[in-house]
Amino acid sequence: MNIPFFPEQASTFAKDVDNIYFLLCALTFFFTALVLGLITFFAIRYRRGNNKVDRSNAPEEHLPLELTWSIIPLVLGLGVFVWSAKPFTYVYRPPADALEIFVIGKRWMWHIQHTNGIRENNELHIPVDKPIKLTMISQDVIHGFFVPAFRVKRDVLPGRYNTVWFQPTKIGRYHLYCTEYCGTNHSEMGGWVTVMAATDYQKWITTGGAPGPTSTMQETLVSQGASLYQTYACANCHQNQNGVHGPSLYGLYGKERKLTNGQTVLADDSYLRESIVQPESKIVAGYQNLMPAYPVGAEAGQLTEEQVLAMVAYIKTLGTSPAPAPAPTSSGQQAHPYDGVPHTPPINGLSGTGPNGAKPADRTGTQAVPAVKPGPAPANAGLMPADGSVPQMPTFKAIPDIKSVTKPTLPAPSGSKPPAAPDVKQTSSTVTPGTAP
Amino acid sequence: MSGITIEPGLLPGDQTSTQRENYLNWSTNVKDWLLTGDHKRIAVMYVISISFFFSLGAIAAAGIRIALLNYHDQFFQNETYNKLFSMHGIIMIFFFLVPSIPATLGNFLIPLMIGARDLAFPRLNLLSWYLYIAGGTLTLMAIIFGGIDTGWTFYTPYSSIYSNTNVVLAITGVFIAGFSSILTGINFIVTIHKMRAPGLTWFRLPLFVWAMYATSLIMVLGTPVVAITLLLVLVERTLNLGIFNPANGGDPILFQHMFWFYSHPAVYIMILPGFGVISELIACFTRRRIFGYSFVAFSSIAIATLGFFVWGHHMFVTGQSMYSSMVFSIISFLVAVPSAIKVFNWTATIYKGRVWFTAPMLYAMGFIGLFTIGGLTGLFLAALAVDIHLNQTYFVVAHFHYVMVGGATLAYLGGIHFWWPKMTGRMYPEFWAKLAAGLTFIGFNLTFFPQFIVGYLGMPRRYHYYAPEYQTWQVLSTAGSSVLGLGYLIPGIYLIWSLKYGAIAGPNPWGAKGLEWTVPSPPPSHNFDEIPIVTEDAYMYHDEDQVLADKDRAAMGITTQGEEHDV
Repeated sequence: MNIPFFPEQASTFAKDVDNIYFLLCALTFFFTALVLGLITFFAIRYRRGNNKVDRSNAPEEHLPLELTWSIIPLVLGLGVFVWSAKPFTYVYRPPADALEIFVIGKRWMWHIQHTNGIRENNELHIPVDKPIKLTMISQDVIHGFFVPAFRVKRDVLPGRYNTVWFQPTKIGRYHLYCTEYCGTNHSEMGGWVTVMAATDYQKWITTGGAPGPTSTMQETLVSQGASLYQTYACANCHQNQNGVHGPSLYGLYGKERKLTNGQTVLADDSYLRESIVQPESKIVAGYQNLMPAYPVGAEAGQLTEEQVLAMVAYIKTLGTSPAPAPAPTSSGQQAHPYDGVPHTPPINGLSGTGPNGAKPADRTGTQAVPAVKPGPAPANAGLMPADGSVPQMPTFKAIPDIKSVTKPTLPAPSGSKPPAAPDVKQTSSTVTPGTAP
Repeated sequence: MSGITIEPGLLPGDQTSTQRENYLNWSTNVKDWLLTGDHKRIAVMYVISISFFFSLGAIAAAGIRIALLNYHDQFFQNETYNKLFSMHGIIMIFFFLVPSIPATLGNFLIPLMIGARDLAFPRLNLLSWYLYIAGGTLTLMAIIFGGIDTGWTFYTPYSSIYSNTNVVLAITGVFIAGFSSILTGINFIVTIHKMRAPGLTWFRLPLFVWAMYATSLIMVLGTPVVAITLLLVLVERTLNLGIFNPANGGDPILFQHMFWFYSHPAVYIMILPGFGVISELIACFTRRRIFGYSFVAFSSIAIATLGFFVWGHHMFVTGQSMYSSMVFSIISFLVAVPSAIKVFNWTATIYKGRVWFTAPMLYAMGFIGLFTIGGLTGLFLAALAVDIHLNQTYFVVAHFHYVMVGGATLAYLGGIHFWWPKMTGRMYPEFWAKLAAGLTFIGFNLTFFPQFIVGYLGMPRRYHYYAPEYQTWQVLSTAGSSVLGLGYLIPGIYLIWSLKYGAIAGPNPWGAKGLEWTVPSPPPSHNFDEIPIVTEDAYMYHDEDQVLADKDRAAMGITTQGEEHDV
């Protein structure tokens, strides 16, 4: 029977961890042996029946000794701290070229989404010798993603992305465990990480993940995200430059944003997610709290974490904007929406520097207006439209000046093609720049 | 400790203890027990109730170990297993370890050790016991009515939203028991400050009192935080307010910060009293003043203080800031140093001592060895990079069992044995006690050492089913636990047996120094006929103390087998 003593070292991180571990084992063994040895030796030597030993001048204190056995453990401890802090920082700094994979933990399974569209459950296939970055979220309680062979672990939280990265160094199949107690089937929430040679991995990808019971091939994450972006008409407000509705999403990812409360935040995955799911939490300076929330949940019309991941993945690919459209002629970015200020056409993220490789099926050109169903205009835009259409209307607080709420038409910028919008029903007349409706 | 020496063979009043009136026999009225203010009676009531809860926790542990014999255990369902480990943790921590030494030995001994007639607030003391019983009853009800499966850590949003077990009942039980802790802490702090006998300065106190003082500081400062945290979980669970649930705008990590802010200092509540007991045992059974008295005294205060600043080391992998993790890690290394100071000081005390191998001394020596291992394995978890791998694995389980069982429980057992004659007026049978101490030590190591190995291999904790390759280690662990169980069962039997059949003890069967040994065994209700005046430091042992002790024991009719006697 093969009794394992020690886990495999299968990542670049494993050796560092194991070396610190071995040092700590040595220190533990040494000090335990020292203490146990001394107390046994002294206890036997100085047992009460033994009168042949010299017990005179038994010391009751000795400052140099106290300082010695205080300072030496202190120095050793600090040394171990410093040695283990360095690999720790390494784990927090994924390389820029890491292969990004998304993980959703839910009771009681792991759902893995590769950006190329392959999905797998309880299995993770990755190439050897490449850095892998996992962006993870839970759909319910806290889980933990743990691969002992890689010495890598990170909690998977609901409501927030956590990332972890590693670089596998050895081909093989390794245990994947859920490591944060999550209820009844916690101990069954696990699977396997398969590390493959580069050629095998390529083959695996091109064959759509050798589809089996746990992996399926669907469209890429970014393309799903682009479809959702279109469906939810994000571009209405978030066009390619800071519009009057909402701040631009172009080149947003990784940059800092200043908020209305003076705080500055980094636009990372969690920020993007929060801005979709709970936009009222962080309002960018100069804008108002207009965006409806698109919460995650199980009810009809609510998003799933997979959909949020897809949108976040898409938004991350939005490059810098093309030549800026002409500035509005009226009072500027604090102006109230729909008050007649001319808008530049929503480019829907399909400029010349658009998402790499994303080819949403029904895009015709660079100026398509999104196919949206104009829903009714409820007083409270947070309610679900009765006809089941997608909620897209921002909340309008008291708007004394607007007599009717209309969907603005978008004047063609000079020199460009007029928008090709076969599906849009215009319910109001065209608004010319400079005039109120 | 004072100038009083008890002549061998001559008991105060020269009556046997069965005739002499003492705190146990002056009234057999139930009302005089349930409404007592006597710290000694309250201590006895705690001993009984804590032993009851320990047995329940031990039964749960037996269930766990049986389940883990098989990697795909069919004996229990997943849900039952989850309830078993939750029950084990909640009972053992909140209803055994936290109250154990403070509520039993602390209650009994502090007034005696400082020359007082009782604690500062006797009725508050009784209230502490009732709160403990109330909390324990509610938790017991939670278990009987179907159990609780959140683990003793109650992580959100599982406990506040998703679990459909008796969370509210169990949390209320723990909440109430927390007040028992707080009141005991207040009582001890005031007593130690204000009720020391004349001449008993701080630096003449026994180290047990220093340790209890430090423990009480933690109890008073930390317990309210976990009380409120658990209350918030209840509020979220019953009123659906978004506090920890992200779907309602809450933050699950907030719970962890608040929970561990108490629960880490709580582990020092569990071990500091044990340190105090060990100091007393080592001093008595080496006939030496503890080496480096002031260092040992101050190290207790240092541990209590530093212990409040390390809670984040339970959260290294939650995604919290890398920099805050580093701060928590470095302070965790710092807090290990005062513990190391104690261990080295105890070791140096044995040097040039006159070592008497009694059962309490064996427990004390076992403590030193096992606590050293347990404390050092804590450093593995404080080391950031290594903790990423070890967090939430069996390595953590092994580490905390080494300090809590190999440490705190061994200290509790050693203390119970040491002060048993004082509390009951009877001696326990020495041979069986030594046997039990040995079985406990061996069984403990067999149970928990394999868990270090299987933990580094990556086996997560709280796992009912596990990968087959870990089975050998788990089987070894279960085998060890049966020996450990025997080591606990045997004292349970002979200690009760000794109440009727044990040799009758004089006031000082150990020839120990300390004011508690100057009063009869068991003491009268009022402790001291005259409040003593203290003129010397603690642990001023002289050679003749051993001779007196031997004569005392001979007068008691205790035959000590295989022990060498001095000339």
